[in-house]
Amino acid sequence: MITVSDKVLMKGNEAIAEAAIIAGCRHYFGYPITPQTEVAAYMAKRMPKIGGCFLQAESEIAAINMVYGVASTGKRVMTSSSSPGISLKGEGLSYLAGSDLPALVVNVQRGGPGLGGIQPSQSDYFQATRAGGHGDFKMIVLAPASVQEMAELTVKGFDLADKYRMTTMLLADGTMGQMMEPVALNELKVGAPVEKPWATTGTKLEREHNIVNSLFLDPAALEQTNFERFDRYKTIEENETMYEEYLMDDADIAIAAFGIAARVSKNAIDEARKDGIKVGMIRPITLWPFPVVPFRKAADQVKAMISVELSMGQMIEDVRLATECKVPVTLCNRVGGMIPSPEQVLESIRTAAAKIGGAN
Amino acid sequence: MVVFDKPHALTDAPMHYCPGCTHGIVHRLVAEVIDELGIEGKTIGVAPVGCSVMAYNYFACDMIEAAHGRAPAVATGVKRADPENHVVFTYQGDGDLASIGMAETVHAAARNENITVIFINNAIYGMTGGQMAPTSLPGQVTQTSPYGRDTNHCGFPIKVCELLSELDGPEYLTRVTVNSVKNIKTAKAAIKKAFQNQIDGKGFSLVEVLSSCPTNWGMTPQKALEWIDEKMIPYYPLGVYKDRSAAKEETK
Repeated sequence: MITVSDKVLMKGNEAIAEAAIIAGCRHYFGYPITPQTEVAAYMAKRMPKIGGCFLQAESEIAAINMVYGVASTGKRVMTSSSSPGISLKGEGLSYLAGSDLPALVVNVQRGGPGLGGIQPSQSDYFQATRAGGHGDFKMIVLAPASVQEMAELTVKGFDLADKYRMTTMLLADGTMGQMMEPVALNELKVGAPVEKPWATTGTKLEREHNIVNSLFLDPAALEQTNFERFDRYKTIEENETMYEEYLMDDADIAIAAFGIAARVSKNAIDEARKDGIKVGMIRPITLWPFPVVPFRKAADQVKAMISVELSMGQMIEDVRLATECKVPVTLCNRVGGMIPSPEQVLESIRTAAAKIGGAN
Repeated sequence: MVVFDKPHALTDAPMHYCPGCTHGIVHRLVAEVIDELGIEGKTIGVAPVGCSVMAYNYFACDMIEAAHGRAPAVATGVKRADPENHVVFTYQGDGDLASIGMAETVHAAARNENITVIFINNAIYGMTGGQMAPTSLPGQVTQTSPYGRDTNHCGFPIKVCELLSELDGPEYLTRVTVNSVKNIKTAKAAIKKAFQNQIDGKGFSLVEVLSSCPTNWGMTPQKALEWIDEKMIPYYPLGVYKDRSAAKEETK
């Protein structure tokens, strides 16, 4: 059992920063943007004390390219930003993918589109899971639902990035970034270091030169790099999918929710259960790869699904794809920085229960 | 007796540059300097987007291909990853460095980032077929200024060395050209100094090289070299625009 003294009270953004340091990251580049600036502020304080490098870049574009530079040398490196800043990093994300470079990129989402607002949102789901930039590529997308998970998934994110030579995106939201919770940092487990013979660290005149590059003018060669990358993605889909199930064993209704939406949904589920409504939840922890298996299984079990999101309905598409539309899926959402209340989610559950005749 | 040989820091890959283009000369000068300073094993080069996009195939040291204009930011990351053991240079054209990458250029200079920048100014976008560059001269005919660059419509060329020399950050800014044997010798000395500065920890050193583009200028190689003398140098005067260490010496 963990005693209270093993835990420290931290903001989500600070937990990311400290976990990154624990994971061996010594290079951070970023540009100020609310609501993730605490990550930069924490790094600015800590990095000089431990021989690391914090550098405030002139733009998000420069920051992601500094990340590209460090990643080319094989060292662990990260940047963090929030929605509008992530759009600017899109070019760099595509180049990181094309050059097969590992990095951790944090998006503490805020409402959009455009300058939007500074309150929490999940409306960058498509951007993270579908199109972080131009070209065919994926990022591993991790969605924490507690400050503890902010720390754990940061460490996991670095390990996965190194293992598969690609970007991991930690997709949090303003609530996760700003809320304070106890964190057990001593429980974090860092994976074994990965060999990086491809890194550009100088030939020392002992080997042929390494080239970090995403340009392939020969279409057949470029096609091959895409095929190889997607073979790797398949391995990730098979081995790295993460999710949590809550009260799904006897559920007639399944909620799909991640991050803060899952926290709110849990309260609503507990209330609904008091009324005898058999409702459970599947909480994707990896948004890509999306946990298709539990949703496919649930499609043969439940009579209705509800996707609870802080967006106009983005993850709901993955839920429908995973369930092959076998059960009706409704959307329960708020946007623009608003968060669905437990009462709103409960109302959605009751509506679904009434439709399937499930309130018994 | 071997009196002329390929520098070790160049690979055997055949270059794709057009006949008469001066990229080949500048590549060779950079490689000779790397050889002479004995730094090939610790040097990491960053190639741009533009005609020299495939410079990664020609330099024998470790190489990285950057996104368009982002080479100074990428180089910043590479240098900061291991400041003691990495010698880092970027090799960029005028569109890359002075247009899309101007922010990265200015801020790397302002930080006095300890890197070496080789800046090829040939007053045109070569790779895409001869469009107006940020350094195209007033009146210069290009594919996207077919009636000549009209400064009332699209403004004036950017003088990079002059612009950066107003910053407190950079260590060394110089403009050279490679259109004669004498000028090539001066250019090599400047490139060597720009690398030596980095080795000595002095900071951001940029060598602007006025270069020719016979293909897109629509000239013979010989005429293109003359055009540098006749048109480019009057607008972009050669010389040292900043040499902080030398200036300090003088004031002692």
